Amino acid sequence: MFKFKVVAAALAGAASAWLAPSAIAQSGKMSDGVVKIGVQTDLSGIYSDLAGQGSVLAAKMAAEDFGGKVNGVPIEVIAGDTQNKPDVASNMARRWFDEDKVDMIVDLPGSAAALAAVKVAKEKNRIAMVSSGGTTRLTNEDCTDRTVHWAYDTYALANGTARAVTQQGGDTWFFITPDYAFGHSMEKDASEAIKAAGGKVLGSVRHPFPGSDFSTYLLQAQSSGAKVIGLANAASDMMTTIKQANEFGISPKQRLASMIVMITDIHAMGLKTAQGLLSTDGFYWDLNDETRAWSKRFFERHKRMPTMIQAGVYSATLHYLKSIKAAGTDEAGAVMAKIKATPVNDFFAKNGKVRADGRMVHDMLLTQVKSPAESKYPWDYYKVLKVIPGDQAYMPVSKSVCPLNKK
Amino acid sequence: MFEWLGISQQALFGQLLVGLINGAFYATLSLGLAVIFGLLNIVNFAHGAQYMMGAFVAWMGLNYLGIDYWWSLILAPLAVGLVGILLELTLLRRLYKLDHLYGLLLTFGLALIIEGGFRQAYGISGERYDIPEALNGAFNLGFMFLPKYRGWVVAASLIVCLLTWLVIERTKLGAYLRAGTENPKLLQAFGVNVPVMVTLTYGLGAALAAFGGVLAAPIFQVNAVMGSNILIIVFAVVVIGGLGSIIGSIVTGIALGLIEGLTKVFYPEGSSVVIFVIMAIVLIVRPAGLFGKEK
Repeated sequence: MFKFKVVAAALAGAASAWLAPSAIAQSGKMSDGVVKIGVQTDLSGIYSDLAGQGSVLAAKMAAEDFGGKVNGVPIEVIAGDTQNKPDVASNMARRWFDEDKVDMIVDLPGSAAALAAVKVAKEKNRIAMVSSGGTTRLTNEDCTDRTVHWAYDTYALANGTARAVTQQGGDTWFFITPDYAFGHSMEKDASEAIKAAGGKVLGSVRHPFPGSDFSTYLLQAQSSGAKVIGLANAASDMMTTIKQANEFGISPKQRLASMIVMITDIHAMGLKTAQGLLSTDGFYWDLNDETRAWSKRFFERHKRMPTMIQAGVYSATLHYLKSIKAAGTDEAGAVMAKIKATPVNDFFAKNGKVRADGRMVHDMLLTQVKSPAESKYPWDYYKVLKVIPGDQAYMPVSKSVCPLNKK
Repeated sequence: MFEWLGISQQALFGQLLVGLINGAFYATLSLGLAVIFGLLNIVNFAHGAQYMMGAFVAWMGLNYLGIDYWWSLILAPLAVGLVGILLELTLLRRLYKLDHLYGLLLTFGLALIIEGGFRQAYGISGERYDIPEALNGAFNLGFMFLPKYRGWVVAASLIVCLLTWLVIERTKLGAYLRAGTENPKLLQAFGVNVPVMVTLTYGLGAALAAFGGVLAAPIFQVNAVMGSNILIIVFAVVVIGGLGSIIGSIVTGIALGLIEGLTKVFYPEGSSVVIFVIMAIVLIVRPAGLFGKEK
């Protein structure tokens, strides 16, 4: 009897000794006892409407919808203003990773700031999910195995709009392009797509950035006789160009196609000014029941409908949390493997796929802005002319220079 | 005639007209700045913010109170002028004894605060303001379509410039103002209430900025940073024209609008720089500006 007790105690001791390290290992799989998501965004500058507080809210909603906890540890969301400056973004990322236990950074507006932050994430072995920054460099020459590029990129927008509009008969183009790297690359990508689709680029003009008055360039576009005027400029420059095209009676005779436009831009311009504008978007709130359901929840708290960037922050954050759960750890390498292995299926993307280079490939929408008469309720802004399949919208792997694709 | 330059005569006239429109606009904006500098010796960095406030007051008037464009042309400058008067009485007044630099810093700080407030309230994308019904459409001039509203902007700007010039150069009040610029103490000794005059002048300068803002509202997107985008060009206009010179501001504003317009045709990438190149040359050759007096 006594003997048995001893044996049992010994066994129990052995068992607990055998169990204990595993229990420690279990909590060790979730570092620091918290999953912390850092939303690096623009809270005060030119991207604060299309990303900003809306992006912070989107990340919070993803954490709430996931249940506030993953693998038994709480999820926390913090936010910071990068002012779209690379140095601010990289210092913030470094501080967040080193001191504040941040596991993943998301949003990252301004391509230069995004490029700076993803480098720090790679160095510190954490994950960066870019939703705002648009440059294709993130998944090409500057790709890392810790970066994911979510909502859109400049190639998908320029290529999608240029190709679809050319195919629909808008086969002669004139470009109004801001004179800096982003504008040049937009114009180049779009011009290639136009030529590939059998169209012609009749001319282009490069204006200083930021611009103030665009009537000179519009008159040149007018006298070129092009059927489509391609706008490679963004935000307030683009809005002023569109407004002045109306004023000079250039649109709707010549169609305007914007290479990058957000629904908040349309809201600010109003339908009377923006009507007829063609563009490509990664998301439209009024596409189906699922998008409407989420967007209305977002609207209740933000008082504006989500842009593709804000919806993308939600989708990326949710996919990240699902991947942690599936991996059973928050270690970046294991989570990234799950991120890339799992198809993205939510209201934002159907059968979206994260490629080896980090590009999340999903369907894009060719949209046209409605006229005031066609719009029946608030934020009823777009006609979806065409769904552009992801593999046609995004740069093919064969063109990408990211070495990760070759593994 | 101009075909050898790669541009038709028609297109060139079109671009010159656009240049004239912008020039008239620059003239109106630089006018207020010149008036304020002339009398107060303050480089009013809040001018851009006051211009933006003019546009926003017009927008608010239309959307909250149903005040139309034409009333806004009068009421918005009045409202912004009053705010200017308050600023002068409460803040600027304390700085006259100090170096110019303090006035510059104060008005710059004020501009940042005002712009930040509007950005917080209305977002960065801003609001739209439609062209008033009566000025919709365009005139066909043969070589281009001139939007009626642009025609109106040129007319209104030139009228305001002319009126301001007449008041300052040809009336007794204007004579006091000019005397105040030269020697405020002597003027006060003659029984003129100089402090009140200074306050009203600052109000007038702010009102002129706001008037420009109302004119601009239907052309540009009304947003918090619309003023800071244009302010730097307007400063160049004032410097080239000669700090404080009314006629200098008007002539330089129009001339630079034309030059900028031509640059946009022949080398658009340089159009934002050309004004500053001219400024640099003028400062080297005539440091006091084209119409300024060396002190």
